[in-house]
Order: sequence, then structure tokens, then C-alpha cells
Amino acid sequence: MIPRHLKIAVVAMFAFVLFMSFYLRRVKRSAAELQATATDARPVAPPASGPTETVTLFVAEDGEGILRARSAQIPLPGGRQQRGEELLRALLNVYQQPGSPHPIAPAADIRSFFLVDPGVAVIDLNAPFADQHRSGILEEQLTINSMIATLSMNVPGINRVRILVEGRTRDTLAGHADLTEFFDVTAVTRGQ
Amino acid sequence: MSLPTTKSLALLLTALILLTAAPSADEKHLSVYSSVATYTLPVVDRAGREYVGLLELLEPFGRVNSHMEGQHWRFRFNEIDSDFSPGRSRARVRGKEVELPSAFLMENSRGLVPLSSLSVLLPRFLGTPVNFHESARRLFIGDVATHMTSQIENTNPARLVLNFSAPVNPTISTEPGKLRMVFSRDPVVAPGSQTLTFDNQTITQATYAETNGAADLTISGTAPLMASFSNGGRTITVAALPQPSSSAGVQPSPAPGTAPPVLTQNPPVPPPQFPVVTTPPLLVGGGHRFIVIVDPAHGGDERGAALSDRLAEKDVNLGFGRLLRHELDLRGMSVLLLRDGDTTLTLDQRAGTANTARGAVYIAVHAASSGNGARIYTALLPIEGPISGAFHPWNSAQASSLSISQSIASAIAGEMQKQQMPARASVASLRPLNNLIMPAVAVELAPGPHGTADLASANYQQKAAAAIADAIAANRPSLATQP
Repeated sequence: MIPRHLKIAVVAMFAFVLFMSFYLRRVKRSAAELQATATDARPVAPPASGPTETVTLFVAEDGEGILRARSAQIPLPGGRQQRGEELLRALLNVYQQPGSPHPIAPAADIRSFFLVDPGVAVIDLNAPFADQHRSGILEEQLTINSMIATLSMNVPGINRVRILVEGRTRDTLAGHADLTEFFDVTAVTRGQ
Repeated sequence: MSLPTTKSLALLLTALILLTAAPSADEKHLSVYSSVATYTLPVVDRAGREYVGLLELLEPFGRVNSHMEGQHWRFRFNEIDSDFSPGRSRARVRGKEVELPSAFLMENSRGLVPLSSLSVLLPRFLGTPVNFHESARRLFIGDVATHMTSQIENTNPARLVLNFSAPVNPTISTEPGKLRMVFSRDPVVAPGSQTLTFDNQTITQATYAETNGAADLTISGTAPLMASFSNGGRTITVAALPQPSSSAGVQPSPAPGTAPPVLTQNPPVPPPQFPVVTTPPLLVGGGHRFIVIVDPAHGGDERGAALSDRLAEKDVNLGFGRLLRHELDLRGMSVLLLRDGDTTLTLDQRAGTANTARGAVYIAVHAASSGNGARIYTALLPIEGPISGAFHPWNSAQASSLSISQSIASAIAGEMQKQQMPARASVASLRPLNNLIMPAVAVELAPGPHGTADLASANYQQKAAAAIADAIAANRPSLATQP
């Protein structure tokens, strides 16, 4: 015959184990959600304000290896610097859509765009842009060319462009396209 | 100091440093001599045995085709079918079983056979006897050997006349008391004896040896020696330089009917610390050697693009580079392959080695998993300051050769299109193209009709390599006249 106090102790222990398993599952789920939020580098910048304008984006098409001009209507601020940044974001937005002709990582973003003097522009990409970019001469060069051609078309007067990643010089975009020098806008657009 | 001058100095220093960065000469090679072609192939060590690619070996002799069928590698040479199984030593050629000394291997779609099986395998494919010097890795197909006779002349100065049954083109170097000739492309075979002793006090002995796909003839003497060619390359005359007391600093005149000496060494100066190497007299156009530099991109720690779950760009580039070397070799061009193994080379090392070698044209090979066919790129030059003096800025050294680079890119694209292979020429900011002083292009091989699997297919790569080699061969006159 099992003593009564032993039965109560066993039942209590079962109840405790059951409670702890539910509790652990809940803690694990919370931790996973927290981690997903931490690695989500999607842009959270507010939408640009300004009048909506029709602009020309030069969209890369991997299949044919070309840039194709595409009209888009986007709100653009007045300043050249802000204008350039929004144009680049609009271009990235095209690449991040499902079925894009030139897919780019969802977490890719433009950290900043600034003009050193009226003719020299610097594009600062975030790390996921380069780290998660597909490797290949064509893919990398099309990305660079499409950004430069889009800027050149919509922000007149830019002659040279430098591309940084997280504010620093990086050897290549993803193993091929050289980022250590200034790009000559005329040479890039003529090469298309 | 101005910026361009600094960069020019950096270019010069890098080039000097990289003189020592040329690909290692001690990699194993198989030299194949035949009436059809003379060429070399890389030999790889696997499980303590030496292997060579069968398709590359037989390709110069006829039509070759290969494909995998389940666990079988079906290889067809002209009308002869053969069947090899990776990991097994039993094969079937012309319907008959052949026992290989070790297992057949497949690597990156290349079928590798043991080197020691060639004496048995090749006669079955070629129907002709072969003579394989296995320890030296020299393979003679048919009756192609070049024989040598020697005759000492006790004149003053003493002369050793070497007569060959066919024109030869050795690399010659000297060190105190010795003159060494290395026959890497000539099917020279041993004279009657490995060591010839002469009854002469100045030129005493000649020793013949074979190693790593080359024959080596070392002539020993008690005075500095020089060599000169005559009789259309069939005769090499080795002579002692006159003693300093009688003709110090005076160049001896060559014997009547002989070409000027290819190498001289004046007695009063201290002996050189390193052998002085002369290059084979492969002269074209403006007197430059015509060397095609093939650069398989990436390698070692740098894998390049991931073309599939298991296929790295660096491996495809290497296989493609080797095939391209082979195709260029078949068309009679000297090739410098910058990477013939899984080694890490920086972009500056690649550019420095290529510039130092004074190549006629540079071809980088890449591979990509998107698109189809091939893309051929020339340099998209960065913005640089004005050129100051004779030196070129490192980052735009390509400027003076860019127009001919673009012509070569168009020619390659044209040849590929003739082979029904989609191809287009474009520009890219791709190093080291902009650091090169010779015409330079990068070829990016993209998938074919069968998708990414084509990138590792020897047939697909061979088609592309043949098109590139045809384009280079067709443009050889214009490339040879480059400064």
C-alpha cells in the first residue's frame, strides 16, 4: 500500500513538470521573436515628403544583362541630396519586389547619400546590401550602373560617384565589382 | 611628391617584388610529343598516384565527347567508345576490358586516369604505339623523337657542336663552369650514353637527364661557356669564352653561318649569384615573345560565387583556365597560367606577374550562375589624374591598351556567336583589368542550355575555350605589334 503523502507528492511533482514545460515553451517562443526582431534590418525611415514627380529609373535586368528605363512616380524633396537618396530607395524598392528582374536582399538599404561638392556624390550602402548581394560580374556591375545611371538622369551635374559600405571603403561589392575608386559617370552611362 | 608619381613608384616596386611571385615551376607536368601537336598537361597527385585528364590528353588527336550516365563516364574518341566508372580500376575500351593500375577518378566533370595506365590505354584509342618515359613524364606518340649527336672540336677556343635531327628550342642558363639546356617542348631523347666525356681540357663533360616533362642537358667546363644556334635551330654550338688576358671584354664573333650567341658571360666579372635564364627564341612581329596570360579568377581562400550548392566559382575557373591554356597551346601560343592549383593570389600579385611577363594579351576567366552563354568585359577605368612622364598610374595602367582590348572582346564574342553561344562584350569595374599594361579582357562563362550543370561540363567549357583561342589566334598579328 502506497502511503497517501507519497501519492500527493508524486501528483504535485507531475503538476510542476507540466507547468515548467509550458513555461519553457513560452520563454523559447518569446526569445525567437526577440531574435527575429533584432535581425530584421528592413528600413524604418519615414516616407519622403514632397510633390510627386515622374522620374526615370534605370532598372537592371539580369536575363538580358541590360538597364531598362522605367518611369515611376515618387514623392521627391526639393534638395539634390535628399532627391538622390529617395531615387536610390525607389530603385531598391523595385529590386526588392517579388519577381524582380534583379533581386536584391530585403534588408539592403541606402544608409545615406551625400554630395561632397556639386559634381561628386557618395552612396553609402548598409552592410546587408553588400554582404547579401549575389556574386558575379554582371549582377554586381548592373547594380552599380543602375544606381549611377538613375542618379545621372534625375540629379543633373553629378560627374563622379563613390560607393561606400557602412561608411567605409570596401574592395568589391560582392567579390567582383571594384569599389575602391570613383566611378566616372560619363564612362558608366556610355558603357550601357 | 605628387600623387601620380607616388602611384607610379608603387607600380614599379610592386612589379619588382612580384618578380618572385610567378607560378611555381615545380608543379608536375606531362609533356606529350606527337606529329599532330606538342603540349603539356598538368599532373595531379591523388592517393599517392599521379593522374592526368583523359579528355584533355586525347582532344588534339580527334573528336572527343564525354558524359555521365549514372555511375559511368562514357567517353568517345572519334568512333571509339569507352566506359569508365569513378572509383573503379576496371574500364572498357573498344568493347574490351582494361585493368587500370589504380581507380579511375572524376573531378569537376574531368575524367582522370592514372599516369601509369597511358602505355596501355593510348594505343587502344590511337592505334599507334607510344613510348612513355613515366618517371620523367614524357610521352612520345609515334616516331617523333629528336636524336642528338655531339662532336668536340679542339680549336681555340674549344667548341662542342651538338646536332639534332629536328630544330630545337631549349631554355639556356649558365652558372660558373656549367651551361644548362632544358628542352621542355622538344622531343629530345638521350644520346647513346647519359654521360658523355670529352677529351678536352675546357669542355669536359655533357650529362643528359629527364625530369618533370623536360629533357636536361648540362655541359660542364673549366671556363665560362656560351651557346649559339645555327642550321635553322638544328645545331647548337657550345664554346668557351676566350681568356681575359687575350681578349678581356671583347665579344667573340660567332662562327660563320651561325646566329649571334644567345648568352654570354665575361670572365672578369664575379660569377652571378643566380642562373641567368634566356627565354626560348619565340619571336614575333616587333620582336616580343607572344605570351597569352590566362588568369583563373579567385582561388584558395577566395571561393568566388557559389554557382550551386557544391560548385564554387574558383574550381570552375581553374578547369576552364586549364582548358583555355590547352586550346591556346594547340594553336602554337605560349601560355602563362597564373594559377594552376587552389592557391590564393591577390589582385596586385596577378597584375604584377602579368605585367612583368610582358604578355601579349591577358584573359581572366570567371563563371556565373545567371544568364546564359558568356560575357566578355574590358576595363571600366576609374578617374585618374594626368599621366606624368613615362609612368602610368597603377589604377589606369590599362588606358593605353583599352582600344585593342575592346577589339579583342568583340572578336571573342564574335567567335562564340559563331559557335551558337550567346555572347556580348561590355565594360566592368573589375580588377586587375585596369592595372594591366597589355590588352586585357575578362570572360565570364554563364550557364548553357542545360543550366548551371554546363559550367562544370568539359564539353561546354571546351567550346568556349576554343572560341577564345580562335579569336586570339586571329588577332595575333595586331597583338604582337603592341609596344
